[in-house]
Amino acid sequence: MVELVWLIPAFPLLGFLTILIGGRRMGEPLAGLFATAMVGASFVVAVLTYLDLLGMDEEQRSHTETLFSWVPVGDLQIDMAFLVDPLSITMCLFVTGIGALIHLYSIGYMHGDPKFSKFFLYLNLFVLSMTLLVLGSNLLVTFLGWEGVGTCSYFLISFWHTKDANATAGKKAFVTNRIGDFGVMLAMFLAFGAVGSIDYAVINDSALAGTLTQATATGIAALLFVGAVGKSAQLPLYVWLPDAMAGPTPVSALIHAATMVTAGVYLMVRVNPVLGAAADWVPMLIAWIGAITALFAATIALAQNDIKKVLAYSTVSQLGYMFLAVGTGAYVAAIFHMITHAFFKALLFLGSGSVIHGMHDEQDMRKMGKLFKFMPVTASTFIVGWLAIAGVPPFAGFWSKDEILLYAGAESWVLYGIGIVTAILTAFYMTRQVIMTFFGEQKWGSLANEAEAAHLNDPADTDAATEGAEAEALEDAGTGPQSVGAAANADIDQHETHGAHGEFKPHESPPFMLIPLVVLAGLSAVGGLIQLPSIGIIPKNAQHKLLDWLHPIVEFGEGAEERGIGEAIITDTTAYDLKVVLIFVAIACAIAGIVAGWAVYQRRLVKPFEPELLERGWRYDEAISWFMGKPGRAGFQGVADGDAKVVDGAVNGVATIVRETAGQVRKGQTGYVRQYAGVIGIGVVFLLGWFVVIRGIL
Amino acid sequence: MIAAVEPSWYLVVAALLFSIGAFGLLVRRNPLVMFMCIELMLNAANLTFVALATSLGDINGQTAVFFVMVVAAAEVVVGLGILVSILRRRPGATADDLAELKG
Repeated sequence: MVELVWLIPAFPLLGFLTILIGGRRMGEPLAGLFATAMVGASFVVAVLTYLDLLGMDEEQRSHTETLFSWVPVGDLQIDMAFLVDPLSITMCLFVTGIGALIHLYSIGYMHGDPKFSKFFLYLNLFVLSMTLLVLGSNLLVTFLGWEGVGTCSYFLISFWHTKDANATAGKKAFVTNRIGDFGVMLAMFLAFGAVGSIDYAVINDSALAGTLTQATATGIAALLFVGAVGKSAQLPLYVWLPDAMAGPTPVSALIHAATMVTAGVYLMVRVNPVLGAAADWVPMLIAWIGAITALFAATIALAQNDIKKVLAYSTVSQLGYMFLAVGTGAYVAAIFHMITHAFFKALLFLGSGSVIHGMHDEQDMRKMGKLFKFMPVTASTFIVGWLAIAGVPPFAGFWSKDEILLYAGAESWVLYGIGIVTAILTAFYMTRQVIMTFFGEQKWGSLANEAEAAHLNDPADTDAATEGAEAEALEDAGTGPQSVGAAANADIDQHETHGAHGEFKPHESPPFMLIPLVVLAGLSAVGGLIQLPSIGIIPKNAQHKLLDWLHPIVEFGEGAEERGIGEAIITDTTAYDLKVVLIFVAIACAIAGIVAGWAVYQRRLVKPFEPELLERGWRYDEAISWFMGKPGRAGFQGVADGDAKVVDGAVNGVATIVRETAGQVRKGQTGYVRQYAGVIGIGVVFLLGWFVVIRGIL
Repeated sequence: MIAAVEPSWYLVVAALLFSIGAFGLLVRRNPLVMFMCIELMLNAANLTFVALATSLGDINGQTAVFFVMVVAAAEVVVGLGILVSILRRRPGATADDLAELKG
């Protein structure tokens, strides 16, 4: 089966091409079903490959499948080749698995959109790029996918591009990603210069064998990290991710939570031997940037009112955790958290999409509340996601976050402190979101009813009122094509409700949207099983499943084999001795966050503290605008002036001098033949004098 | 007995002829006269060649004279052709009138 691994990207490619050619004819819902089937087929291939690998010996679980020679240029030989090993297959499993679920969800969510088939075209192209990214056996194939997901992200964020803000958000994402991409390119050049190849196998082997000098390894690791910072939305390049929420909600779930943003973490884990060979400041930098980003984004999430913005900042924060793990050497924990995060964040995003759908394109949480009884399935699954991200055992997020905190504690108690504060904040803001959306006070009735009441006062019959509601729904949603779908749903709703009591009523979403929610809720609940910690009460053979699976890929430092794989690097530390205590601390913090959130937002014991500074994201965007607008613009103006005056001035100056001199010299050319003859005569006399008198010839 | 003609006399005559030619070339403006002055200078050179060839007993000098005469003939053909065409277009033009190529 490992030889057929190329089928994993081939199916989305087939879907992409088919929809490209015949998407308009296929229409709704056939295009969506076809795209879903293609990603589903990829998932099946990934599962089969996984089972195949599972049957092999540990040492053999790495297979390079070369399709063709891609760039044969002298010493530079790059193949279009796929690397099948536990890490890439793990990534493939959740990329295609969650991708398929989100495709399925999108059939319901994008219902009625005029660009329905185009949406699935982009989604398939995205999955294709993402599988190339994770399967690539060298940096260039990965980079192809890396750029591919960036491009798709641009297409999908700006999907409803008739609205200016959406188009701007797409551009912002694209440009910010490009800043990081130059790091990946430079790392590629550096790797080729140092080891003559950009294959992961060659680079990693030379790092392990010590033939890669520390300076080169440091350079490669640091430059790849620059790329990862851009792609995985860390400080200071996180700004695109919150704005990327302008896209349709399935896109937020697929790209900005489950898959694309994890590419940076994946890349760092993929080259972990290089990180090991690099100078110590690189992992430390990664850990600190991760920790600070986690805390920074969590504080912003405290004061957001847009249901998707909260989740967006929470994604940035969780990605910070993953980088904290990478920086502290906890590569398995990073992958573990990536997987669990993919489960629960996809769930939360799809849940929020369901809420937005049910609330007729309302995203402001201040206009929600008490939605639990109207959308029971969405609410229940969302609650599972909430408990998972808040770190309540036994849900998935608890186990992965706990493992990261353990490694952070082993590295430095300050990092641990930042991590645990972030965990409290996470529990708090997620509780706030759940209460504002599903519990608390009902705030949508009065606001939404004003418009409805106006229609009720009309003597017109129900049909006229429905038409009015439909037109208004269109208006409400701006120019978003989604509004067509929403209007259609509104249509049905109002038919049901108008006659009775004329109430605006949120509705539960269609089954296409609920099935993925239920599946993801299940995964979020039990996802932690893949990597249970090594504490007494858990059976030995149930512990560290993921670690055993990944361990040929991940570098654990010298002597790891003798000291026992995995936790070897931290077994000497205080944190390791206290790990059971740390688990209870983590549980206590999660509960404290939830209780605090409940006290503030449900019981209103304390007035909510949501300063404007946090709501506007520490004014980070404004700071960038100001910086680029004032000193930045002045600086660029200075460079432009320097170019115009110094560089152009030098060139023009030389030309001017030549022109002026020539102007003087040409006056000597009078056109009088006799004058020329005279000058020639004088010249001859002079030359003769020279030869005869001075040189003494004759 | 008439005193033998010294070779230096020929050289003096040649120098005189050359100077007259050069002076005429520089002071006259009539292109035809200037042309004749050039011929005068060429023939002064020829006279020098012949005189020295005789006194030194070297035949090469006389050979050079033939080359000069051939070149002069060719030059006259081209030069007179140009002159005739110029004077046909602008009758009475002097050399100083033909200064279109000045810088």
